[in-house]
Amino acid sequence: MKTEPAAPDEAPATQAKRLFEPPELPLLVLEDLSLWYGHKQALTGVSMNFPINKVTALIGPSGCGKSTLLRCLNRMNDTIRGVRVSGRVHYHGVNIYDRQVDPVEVRRRVGMVFQKPNPFPKSIYDNVAFGARVNGYPGRQMNELVERSLRQAALWDEVKDDLKASGLALSGGQQQRLCIARALAVQPDVILMDEPCSALDPIATLKIEDLIRELVQEFTIIIVTHNMQQAARVSDYTAFMLLTHEGGPGEVIEYGPTSDIFTNPGDKRTEDYITGRFG
Amino acid sequence: MTRTAFERQLEGIQEDMLVLATMVASAIERSIEALKGRDVELARQVITDDVKINRKRYETEEKCLELFATQQPLAGDLRTIVAVLHIIVDLERMGDHAEGIAKIALLLADEPPLKPYIDIPRMAQLATQMLMSAVEAFKDRDAQRAIAICDDDDEVDALHDQVFRELIVYMINDPKTIQRATYLTWVSHNLERIADRVTNICERVVFLVEGKMTELNVSKY
Repeated sequence: MKTEPAAPDEAPATQAKRLFEPPELPLLVLEDLSLWYGHKQALTGVSMNFPINKVTALIGPSGCGKSTLLRCLNRMNDTIRGVRVSGRVHYHGVNIYDRQVDPVEVRRRVGMVFQKPNPFPKSIYDNVAFGARVNGYPGRQMNELVERSLRQAALWDEVKDDLKASGLALSGGQQQRLCIARALAVQPDVILMDEPCSALDPIATLKIEDLIRELVQEFTIIIVTHNMQQAARVSDYTAFMLLTHEGGPGEVIEYGPTSDIFTNPGDKRTEDYITGRFG
Repeated sequence: MTRTAFERQLEGIQEDMLVLATMVASAIERSIEALKGRDVELARQVITDDVKINRKRYETEEKCLELFATQQPLAGDLRTIVAVLHIIVDLERMGDHAEGIAKIALLLADEPPLKPYIDIPRMAQLATQMLMSAVEAFKDRDAQRAIAICDDDDEVDALHDQVFRELIVYMINDPKTIQRATYLTWVSHNLERIADRVTNICERVVFLVEGKMTELNVSKY
């Protein structure tokens, strides 16, 4: 792993361009964030706030840097060889790319759910308890934590009678909710979701979408999705990303309330994308 | 990726709306012709043709619903379909007003004329012009023109007030004119309502272009 975080006092290379500021308290504040995979720049000059207890959707065509941006928010890109990041990601006022910040602690507070459900080959109980145990959560309170996390993930009623069953024995939709329960068990306050429904059937997808609307009362959620209708249904704010030019890095083109983006976008490129004229 | 089939369907509902507007404008003109010319045949034709107007509205509405259900329209596409859906309802109601005038033309066909028709045809001409201009503004996505059209509604309202006052005078002076004069106030009222509904269409044009709901025809009372 080779990551070169920006020095705290490093001046931004360009003037930060802030397209829109949600009125709510920001939980994550990005300042002029850029990212390179080796020599190839993948993101340029992203400056935006993610508001607390809101769902923000990142949309855009394949390869425009949505997942890369999402993974910047909990330093998941650190695990990729040759990645370099400049700019700042402030979380509770601390730049998570500061040298003294522990990326493991960042990932505990900023949890992540991936495209394909990936439960451990363990029991449902152990799947949920695993992260909490690693973080030293007291064993005598573990039952409570497992139940609370499964309830929060809207899975408890379906699995409460057989918590020893393998997590892999569940349906795809249940596995994804188990992964959400696993993420919740380490008590984060941000949940990043990278196309969490792309491998699920329509009913399982709607259950996850309902769950997202429930969870946002307690958590801040940022979701990458290719499904325009899903972004319109679940998110409060939407950011549209696009490459600056062919082969160039991704940037945020438009950011605003979801209702505005999907009924009356300000930028023709956003309009063309969400109405299916390209992408 | 383009959406050729969807774009064709989207154009289709707009063309249907334009055809409906033309049918309604013709119904208004012919209803006034029937009134002026005491033409029973023409009045009956306007009444029969209203069924065609209604059918066209429902056909177009079904196509809009199908687009919602199958294409998940967003942004400008969504606003286009919503605008068409609202406008065809207004057009269909305008057709009903024309049918109402045609029915009065039938009632008055055997009665002696009360007075020469000057202001009522003028109102009809203004309302029809407003309608066709609003439809042009829709085609050209011209919000400013749509806003300007609403000024003509004041002129129609003023003519309506004038016709109403004049007919009241007839009724006061000669109670035998009350029935005919009352029928003509209904004609004037139908035309005034038609012009009002054109301002609704203009509001939809502004919504289509700017994405904002704006009330253009604010009550002066």
